[in-house]
Amino acid sequence: MSSLRLTALDALHRALGATMTDFAGWDMPLRYGSEREEHLAVRTKAGLFDLSHMGEITVTGPQAGEMLDHALVGFVSALGVLRARYTMICAEDGGILDDLIVYRLREDAFLVVANASNAQLVLDELIARAKGFNAVVSDDRDAYALIAVQGPESTAILADTTEADLPGLKYYAILPAQVAGRDVLLARTGYTGEDGFEIFCNPGDAEQIWQALTAAGTDRGLIPCGLSCRDTLRLEAGMPLYGHELSTELTPFDAGLGRVVRFDKTTNEGAFVGRKALERAAAEAEANPPRVLVGLVSEGKRVPRAEYTVVSTEGAPIGRITSGSPSPTLEKPIAMAYVDAAHAAPGTTVAVDVRGKHEPVQVVALPFYKRAR
Amino acid sequence: MSNPQHLQYTEEHEWLTTAEAGEVATVGITKHAADALGDIVYVQLPEVGDTVTAGETCGELESTKSVSDLYSPVTGEITEVNEAVADDNSLVNSDPFEGGWLFKVRVGSTGALLSADEYTKLTNPSA
Repeated sequence: MSSLRLTALDALHRALGATMTDFAGWDMPLRYGSEREEHLAVRTKAGLFDLSHMGEITVTGPQAGEMLDHALVGFVSALGVLRARYTMICAEDGGILDDLIVYRLREDAFLVVANASNAQLVLDELIARAKGFNAVVSDDRDAYALIAVQGPESTAILADTTEADLPGLKYYAILPAQVAGRDVLLARTGYTGEDGFEIFCNPGDAEQIWQALTAAGTDRGLIPCGLSCRDTLRLEAGMPLYGHELSTELTPFDAGLGRVVRFDKTTNEGAFVGRKALERAAAEAEANPPRVLVGLVSEGKRVPRAEYTVVSTEGAPIGRITSGSPSPTLEKPIAMAYVDAAHAAPGTTVAVDVRGKHEPVQVVALPFYKRAR
Repeated sequence: MSNPQHLQYTEEHEWLTTAEAGEVATVGITKHAADALGDIVYVQLPEVGDTVTAGETCGELESTKSVSDLYSPVTGEITEVNEAVADDNSLVNSDPFEGGWLFKVRVGSTGALLSADEYTKLTNPSA
């Protein structure tokens, strides 16, 4: 018991009465009150998250960009300074090891953010793949706490705590700034389908920043939010979660995310880890579409959950649920699933085997929810 | 959280109003259980006239994150189910010991039951 890692905000979560959960070895807030209310707060007002479990890895040096072009599937060296990109790290066989956000902090410095469950693996792989490059890979997991404020009110709330040019900070950009008088890296990124910010800060400053955002946000409807609603928010937004929609068994093309693989990279003569296997996967996806990641919506009340089997209306197995939950926004159960291409068209009626009973569901286009811009 | 003294409890986190054979017991889940489940989104209850068996499953409770079996604390015949809960599952979260009751059953026999103090000790050993 209690070999769990604690974030810098642990005492605060307990004071707020959070229900905690073991998430990838971290003791994290699952919810503070009702996860449905937390979800709806992010959709309509704002939510405050502790995401300090995420794994920060810094890559610096004259060849940092080329090194990441070699190690990842993206064209990282083409990224502008202070911009961010969603990308992946794949194995030699094309299987997805993790999905990542890469921020370019300077010409010669990148911040790679890995999922908590994969952070050690990603770190080890990056160190191994950096051999021969003039680049240094640093484990900065303990150097940062990560606080997110997400939702339509997040700009107004954050503006009370910082002089930073928030209108000038574009989606998928990052800026060194001060929040609550503390030096941070302020990024306009998130995993909720809403506008919002992620604040990378010194762990010793996390509590002060959290409290400043709480003070600025409470009157605007901001509430603390746990990982439970983060999962339903990302599911509604159609965003994949490693271990559910993504795994070592799948290539980015299998996951419908082939666009992250940049065969057009010009560095390292176009070579990168997994390229050969990924070229085959791309050709295979074109010629003989694999199972397709789709959205499912149920008219019933029972929830299709991860690992449940998707069946045709005749009862034949045609796929597998990867994530499923009641949707607070749609007020219906929703799920993502890999299904045979023949059953993947939006509007197709299929069923899910919910503990022995076939519940009809409809295939819909992803995402389930898209915010009005 | 306090578990009402006038109720009896099971290790599966149900409460009941009486264990007296021949009486009709009202059955629900405890606040501890409701809190642990989180927002309940689907409740499947037995039907009136069904015979349920102490310690065996008689329905299920589905929350945002999980599915849990509902165990009957007694053996007997179901006389009523809470239609209000079927319509508004959140009653189980907001009022588990009163408005969020689940079903009524004419008691034949019961399994092992706990007093309020014993149940409190079970769910919060440090108290």
